[in-house]
Order: sequence, then C-alpha cells, then structure tokens
Amino acid sequence: MDNIIIIAVAALGGLGLVAAIVLYFIASKFKVIEDPKIDEVEESLPSANCGGCGYPGCRAFAEATVKQAKDEKHLEGLNCPVGGNDVMQTVGKILGLEVEQQAPLIAVVRCNGSKANSPAKINYEGATSCTFAHALYAGEGGCPYGCLGLGDCVIVCEFDAIHMNDELGLPVVNDKCTACNACVEACPRDIIELRKKGPKGRRVFVSCINEEKGGIAKKNCEVACIGCSKCVKVCPHDAITMNNFLAYIDFEKCKLCRDCVEVCPTNAIHEVNFKPKKPKPPKEDSKPKEASVVETIAEVAADAAPSNENKEAPKEN
Amino acid sequence: MTGNVKTFPLGGVHPQENKLSANAPIETIPVPTQAFIPMGQNLGTPSKPIVNKGDMVKVGQLIAEASGFISTNIHSPVSGKVLKIDDILDATGYKRPGIIINVEGDDWDESIDLSNDIKEDIELDSKQIIEKIKEKGLVGMGGATFPTYVKLMPPPGKVAEYLLINGVECEPYLTSDHRLMLEKGKEILIGTKILMKALKVDKAIIGIENNKPDAINHLIELAKKYDGIKIQPLKVQYPQGGEKQLIKAALNREVPSGKLPIEVGCVVQNVGTAFAVYEAVQKNKPLIDRVVTVTGKGVKKPSNFLVRIGTPLQDLIDAVEGLPETTGKIINGGPMMGKALTSLEVPVVKGSSGILLMEEDESKRKPESPCIRCSKCTYVCPQGLEPFLLSKAAKLAKFDMAEKEKVMDCIECGSCQYTCPASIPLLDYLRLGKTMVGANIRNRNKK
Repeated sequence: MDNIIIIAVAALGGLGLVAAIVLYFIASKFKVIEDPKIDEVEESLPSANCGGCGYPGCRAFAEATVKQAKDEKHLEGLNCPVGGNDVMQTVGKILGLEVEQQAPLIAVVRCNGSKANSPAKINYEGATSCTFAHALYAGEGGCPYGCLGLGDCVIVCEFDAIHMNDELGLPVVNDKCTACNACVEACPRDIIELRKKGPKGRRVFVSCINEEKGGIAKKNCEVACIGCSKCVKVCPHDAITMNNFLAYIDFEKCKLCRDCVEVCPTNAIHEVNFKPKKPKPPKEDSKPKEASVVETIAEVAADAAPSNENKEAPKEN
Repeated sequence: MTGNVKTFPLGGVHPQENKLSANAPIETIPVPTQAFIPMGQNLGTPSKPIVNKGDMVKVGQLIAEASGFISTNIHSPVSGKVLKIDDILDATGYKRPGIIINVEGDDWDESIDLSNDIKEDIELDSKQIIEKIKEKGLVGMGGATFPTYVKLMPPPGKVAEYLLINGVECEPYLTSDHRLMLEKGKEILIGTKILMKALKVDKAIIGIENNKPDAINHLIELAKKYDGIKIQPLKVQYPQGGEKQLIKAALNREVPSGKLPIEVGCVVQNVGTAFAVYEAVQKNKPLIDRVVTVTGKGVKKPSNFLVRIGTPLQDLIDAVEGLPETTGKIINGGPMMGKALTSLEVPVVKGSSGILLMEEDESKRKPESPCIRCSKCTYVCPQGLEPFLLSKAAKLAKFDMAEKEKVMDCIECGSCQYTCPASIPLLDYLRLGKTMVGANIRNRNKK
C-alpha cells in the first residue's frame, strides 16, 4: 500500500517538477516585455472603447501613445475626445511630456429642415434606416441633402448625447456629446460635423449642406442656404467660403461676431448659446420671420448669380 | 391548352393577378411638348451627351453615347430643339444629368424604315447584328436595363446553347408584354430569330405564364413557320419571370450562386427586347419608344400605351382620364418589385414597364411587429435564402454575415415581405444589405 502511495506521489511530483522547469524556460524565452506605462495610460483613459480616437479601443490608443512618446517624443495627433484635456494632461504626466490644450469639439447637425421648414410632400413607409432611405429616395421634404430623420445617428451614440426630436423630425445634440465621431460616420448624408464647442458653448454655423441652386433649394426648404454670398461679403474675418451655392463657416477663423447671422435672408446661419443682441431691437434671429424674409429671398435669389453689387445689400431689413 | 406546364420548384407566392388592362389594345400616345431624357438609362455608367444647347435634333438621332463597356447610346425620341443639358428629376427624387428637348413637329431621321411591312429575311451576320444592337442603344426591357449587346457576347470559353425569351410577365397588373405578344407576335418571332443568329444557337424557348392562353396559342400558331422556336407554357407562380427561375422551369438547369445564366448555356431576353431587336435590325429604328401599362383599381380606363422615352408620366396619367382621388401610391413598375414614385414630373425611361396607381387603403403598410419565427419567408424564397436572417444581419450592420449568407443572390422579388405575417420590411433590409455588401465587394476588388 505504502509503496503505491509513494510511487504515485513521486511520479506526480516528478512530472510537476519537470513541467515546471520546462515552463520556466519557455516563459523566460518567450517573455513579452511590455512597457508598464501602457497599463498606466490605459488606466487613466475613460474605458469607453468608442473608437473616437481612431484606434480600436482604449488599449490600442494607450499602446499608440506610449510608442509615439518613445519614438518621437511628442503626443501630437493623438487625442482622446471623450476624456478631453484633463485625460490628455494626465497621459502627458505619465509619459513626461507636455500636451497642448485642445479646443473641445461637439457634434453639430447641419440641417434645419424640420417638419415645419421642409414640409413632407410624400410619406415614407419602410425600414427605419437612414442608409436604406438614402439609397432609395431624396427624402420626405424633397431635399436630397437634408436629414432623413430615421435616427441612424441616435442608434450609434454610446453617450446618450443625440436624440430624435419628434416635433422637429431632426436629431438634437445635448451636452453629453464627447465628439467621438460615431454619428458623423453613421450619417449617410454627412450632415453631422464636429465643430469647436466655443467659449461658453457659443458657436455659429451654417445649418444647411444643400449644394443646389438657390431657387431649387428654397423650393424644398424654407431655411436652406441659397448661396447668396451675403455672409461671405459681410464676414470681417474671412471665415466664410462659398462653394457650390453653399456657405461654410471655418470654425478656426470664426470670431463669433455674428454679422453673418444677421444678413442671412433665410436664417440658415445659426447661433447657439448667445444672449440676444442689444443694439438692434427689431431683430430676433432664432425665430423665423414670416413676410419680410420671404420678400428678401425673392430678391436675393434673383440676383444671387454673378452680380457683385454693393457690399451690404440688406437695407430692407 | 397544351399540356406539359412547367414551373420552378423552390418557393414562390401567388399574389392576385389583377391584369385589368389585358384586353386594352396598345394605343399610341401623342408626342409630348417637352421630352426629358435622363442619361442614366442602363444598369451601367450613364451615357455622355453629344449635343449642345440649341441644337436641332431629329427623331432617332444619336444624342448621347455610351461611356464604357456597360453603357448604351441614347437617341432622341422626339424632334426639336435642345432646350438645355441639365439635371432632371429621376424616380427617386434625386437630380440626375439629362437632356431636355423642346418638341417641334415629328421629323424622323431618314435612315429609319417607317413602313408597316414585315421584313422577314435577316441580311446581317452575327457580328453585324450585335454591332447594330449596340449602336441602336438596346437594353433589357424587362426593367433591369442591362445593355442587350453585352449579353450577346458570351465571355471566352462559354458557349450559349439556348436562347430563352421571357414572356412570363409574372408581376401582377402589368400587361405590356402580353399585349405586345398578341399584337406584334410575328415581329417578336423574327426578333428571336435574329437573336438566335447573333448567338449562333438553334434552339429558343419562349416562356409564357399560363394566365395568357391567347398569347400562348397565338405564338404557337405563328411559331410553326419558324424552326427551333418552342413556346413553353408555365404555371402561374410569382416570380416565374425571374431569370434564374425561368431557366430552372424551362430547362431544369440551375444557375450557380453568383454566376450568370451563360454558365449553364443560356441567354435570357425579354419579349420587349426581342421586339426592339426586330425594329433595330430590320427597320434600323433605335430604342426610342416602349409599351407602358397604366393601371390600378381606381383607374377609369386601364391601358397599354406606346410611349416615347422622355414623356413625363403626367401625360400618361392624363391619357387615362386623370389621377383617381383614391390613389394612395404611384408605383413605377409592378406592385411586387416596383418602387413608389416621388413625383409625376419623372419621365418614361427605357426600363419603365408600367405605372400602377394603388388605392389608398391597399397601399398602406401594416405596422411592423416582432418576428414570430414562422419561417414563411424562408419557405417562399425562390432563391433558397433565409430572408429573416439576412434582414436581421443588415439591420444590425453585420454585412460580413449577410455576405456569407449569400445576400447577393437575392433577386429582390419581394415574396418574403409579401408573405410575412409580422409585416417586417424584409425586402427593405435585404436591399440595404445588397447595397452595402455590393459596395464592400467593389472596394475589395479595387485594391
């Protein structure tokens, strides 16, 4: 009896010992030496794994930052949009590098073709997918550039930051937005753009991406950019460019003076989080104006083409 | 009726036929006052305009030429002055490049034979026929608008054995092919002969669904004079007119997944195409008009019209005494595969087979409810796919999975959605899947 026990224990123990020795050598031979800083950096990241930085998850971003810090001694081009400046400062501290402050970004929906502004001419019945609807037809309001309102952007948002407003039929972004870029990629019409959040959340942008001629765009939507170029002429900072009958405000150059908002005849330029302007009492920008706006549009559309008249036309306002 | 009625074995549905315009002879609609000719009238790349603003054109004159291998010439369907070359509305509501012509008179190009005599002798040889078909801008008239000449040139190593002429017209409501077979039977048979000569085959089968006994008997009578053409009656079952279904039914051959009919020695052409081939080769007439069915339960006078390409659909609606007040949807094509129109400014194109004015109550979709796993969609799919699975994959953006499960084999017949008791928009998601997977495959091949 005793013999059997001893043999069993010895055999198993011996086997274990041999295996341990083999494993020890294999482990030391194939050891993966990993920079402990990767773990540290990963720890400091938000762990949302959203991919907003351009890397597949937080671990990959941490590896990339540590590698770049080692090879190139700077962290330019790497940014965690979700964590923002705080997280990037911490990452910088871990790696012993200076990190520049980045202006925070936010997703902006550049379409104001709400149910009131761009009334439905037809009714859509079918799959609730913007990608499908985009391949199928132009849209209920008829604008081939406008928001389809089926919420592909809402589905992909990991941060509860974008919701469909049923009254408008448009998605609305709230302050939870981390600028992770997911909705920008989900939108089949490239309506959503990441723009500078601006001081106190103040920003000015053209809420339209329609590149059709003024008259055609206006036919489908009350608040379309008609390409009249008034904003381009009035902008003192050269921030606005006109391409294919569509104005675009460069948020790097824009100084938030809001001159363009006032001259826009279709209210296509939006200002967000500003206090109402004092000196000009009759103007209320955010509210669409009825009669006077319609009159001006007719005139503007008529001479929208190549006429280069006086710098500032809107005397009739 | 002859016996030996064939059908495809897998899946299929039986929607109400509603062939309201089956007894309405083909009427010619007056030339429109303005013709809108889109450049994208074939499956491939859009054609390139070769006329300028202000040019005078004659009927049948070349106004746009092919811009690639899978592309076609477009000829002016009217005579008059080119008003402008601009974007025009297409059936989806998007703007696409096109030519707008202000119609003046009806002045035909001299080279076109306008006589009513039927020309029997085929003078051209195979190569010349294909060249002629290419030059005259012929595309598949069944709706897919694949350039006809491409189908007549089998890739190296492949030999055509059979020519199949598709006179099935399995879509409910539509009757344009039916009327064409009754009224232009002889021309269709000569067209078939021409196509046989072009393909160098000696066997042709014309497949016709059993609900058109008059057309079947008429063509059987006429075909006695033409060697090698057999009329094959087929069971009424949707989608009998699908290319792959027709081959399976008529010859019991199966086209492998992702392959073309030529793989099993077949070339399929529509009866409308056969007629257009006759006109192009024997009469030198380009594809400038086609038969369009305008129908619907509320329509006072469901009709079949011979219409010039480029005629606004509004003209067709006017010709059936206006839009019924009860119309809920206007569909370009048949009720199963057609797509709803967004506007009546849209013109007739080479692929328009019918305009269906659907009643308000029957046009509404039922609200979608959860899948109950009844597997009806799988049962009716003529391609042997699993629509419930594919639509779910597309919905969840799992396009790799959709590709693996053969979403590209879907022929978009709509049988699954028609039969779904939960009213799930299966076909919508399948189309989404096909679009995305198709794009993925193209991107992969580019690299």
